[in-house]
Amino acid sequence: MSAAPQPVVTAARSDPYAPKGLALTLESTGAILLALLWVLPLAYAVWAAIHPAEYTTRFVLTAPLTLDNFTRAWAAAPFARYFLNTFILVTMILAFQLVLGTLAAYALARQDFWGRDIAFALILAQLMIMPDALIVENYRTLARLDLIDTIPAIALPYIASAFGIFLLRQTFKTVPKELDDAARVEGASPLQVLMKVYVPLAKPTYVAYGLVSVSYHWNNFLWPLLVTNSVESRPLTVGLQVFSSSDQGIDWAVICAATLMTSAPLLIGFLLFQRQFVQSFMRAGIK
Amino acid sequence: MNSRATATVHGWLLLLPAMACLALFTHWPAVASLIESFYSTAKARRPARFVGLDNYEQLLADPIFWKAMSNNLWFALGTIPTSIALALLMAVWVNDKIVGRTWVRMAFFTPTILPMIAVANIWLFFFTPQYGLLEQIVGLFGGRSTNWLGSQDTALAAITVVAIWKEAGFFMIFYLAALQALPPSLGEAAAIEGASRWTYFRRIQFPLLMPTTLFVLINAVINAFRMVDHIFVMTRGGPDNATTLLLFYIYQVGFSFWDTAYAATLTCVLLALLALVAFVQYGILERRTHYR
Repeated sequence: MSAAPQPVVTAARSDPYAPKGLALTLESTGAILLALLWVLPLAYAVWAAIHPAEYTTRFVLTAPLTLDNFTRAWAAAPFARYFLNTFILVTMILAFQLVLGTLAAYALARQDFWGRDIAFALILAQLMIMPDALIVENYRTLARLDLIDTIPAIALPYIASAFGIFLLRQTFKTVPKELDDAARVEGASPLQVLMKVYVPLAKPTYVAYGLVSVSYHWNNFLWPLLVTNSVESRPLTVGLQVFSSSDQGIDWAVICAATLMTSAPLLIGFLLFQRQFVQSFMRAGIK
Repeated sequence: MNSRATATVHGWLLLLPAMACLALFTHWPAVASLIESFYSTAKARRPARFVGLDNYEQLLADPIFWKAMSNNLWFALGTIPTSIALALLMAVWVNDKIVGRTWVRMAFFTPTILPMIAVANIWLFFFTPQYGLLEQIVGLFGGRSTNWLGSQDTALAAITVVAIWKEAGFFMIFYLAALQALPPSLGEAAAIEGASRWTYFRRIQFPLLMPTTLFVLINAVINAFRMVDHIFVMTRGGPDNATTLLLFYIYQVGFSFWDTAYAATLTCVLLALLALVAFVQYGILERRTHYR
């Protein structure tokens, strides 16, 4: 998990290799063409969703606009319940990940004890063996616990995140030891030191990890598909799949509307806080 | 109790909740998969019994398993180099002061935050025969109508394109961060020496981006085994297993045919492949890069 160092604030120096004139025009054209290609699927979905079905594949600028596809999609499946389930799911996962991750990262970063390195290696194993690979055995475990078809069943395999522990450990290691010692001299217990010194200083890491975790679990599909089979526990992704593979099979305009609806919260959040999103994913990758 | 023992108790108490969850949902299932791969699948009147290597013999003789392996190999070869090259190109472009930089960067990154299962619906429509956008574009140039997802020759390629589109912008972010961290004095020095821009990129920037390339490479390899969501929407493994990847096959065997012992055997193959990736990363590649 090595990667680049932190981005440095570059002073206003001129880069001798910055393209100018024709080179800049060519580069901009290439970049914009590729960008258009990249947004094409999304733009197409927006087109299909906001126009009547007969314009789904006919691109005329005078086509009338409508929100009918959205209302039909909303009425055709219990999307309100799916939204609620996904909201509960991502909140539950993130809350547990943060608590478990903080405790473990603190031990790994600042406690010197027997077995620490072995524990760290065992935790890092999850970076390679992702929960998706273990669906068969994890399903058996949850069946034994009698939790199949519940929201906690979707959450459980993910609440201890090696990635989160690693990220927090790296952050905690950058906290000056003197702050830790000073707090202890004042008589703070180890847990107080953690809450009063480490956690506040790691706030940017928490925000970054939170965004990555929420996007990941909002979009997760395979495991939730396996462990849920009722409206009460299904998250949005599985609900969308059930909806679009059933009787709606042909009405593309309605499917596109439903597709946009399920992606909307993350997409709108991304458009509003673009910089934070990009920097969070950057920070999460630079370990 | 001496202080060393106290520290050990404290340390393990802090680790306990996370370690317990990891043991239950990562370590134990990995070991259980291995154990179960030596047993038969329990049926209503016949409990599981030890069968030795029978499941592995079945595996070696299973044409669908080999098909899934070769599909996964082609999927990996198709997605990994292309998405990394595109990510690097995107990052170099977005790092320069091009026109509409913010918008371009946003366009590249957007697929990362969209649910794969949702965008797969859009791509399904894109590839649909007769109505689909691709058909219309091909038709415009007088090309022949193709059933992209229904033909054995093109279905896997179509799946691969969607995967590249989804992950290239994600990898771009890491290259962008690394490019911004390069000291500007390098460019100045190279310019004084009279190096062309291509030489500067090939001899200075690209070698310095090596740690990022390795990081992205490992992620791309893992993704090649993990990305199966779009297959559920677009092809369900068809036509005739042309798009069955290893993880999708595990899902089919385990949850459609309910042959859990054989699914556990397939899981062991996937775990062995992932372990190999880990070995290459930690044993060979990372020995040469700085690790703190």
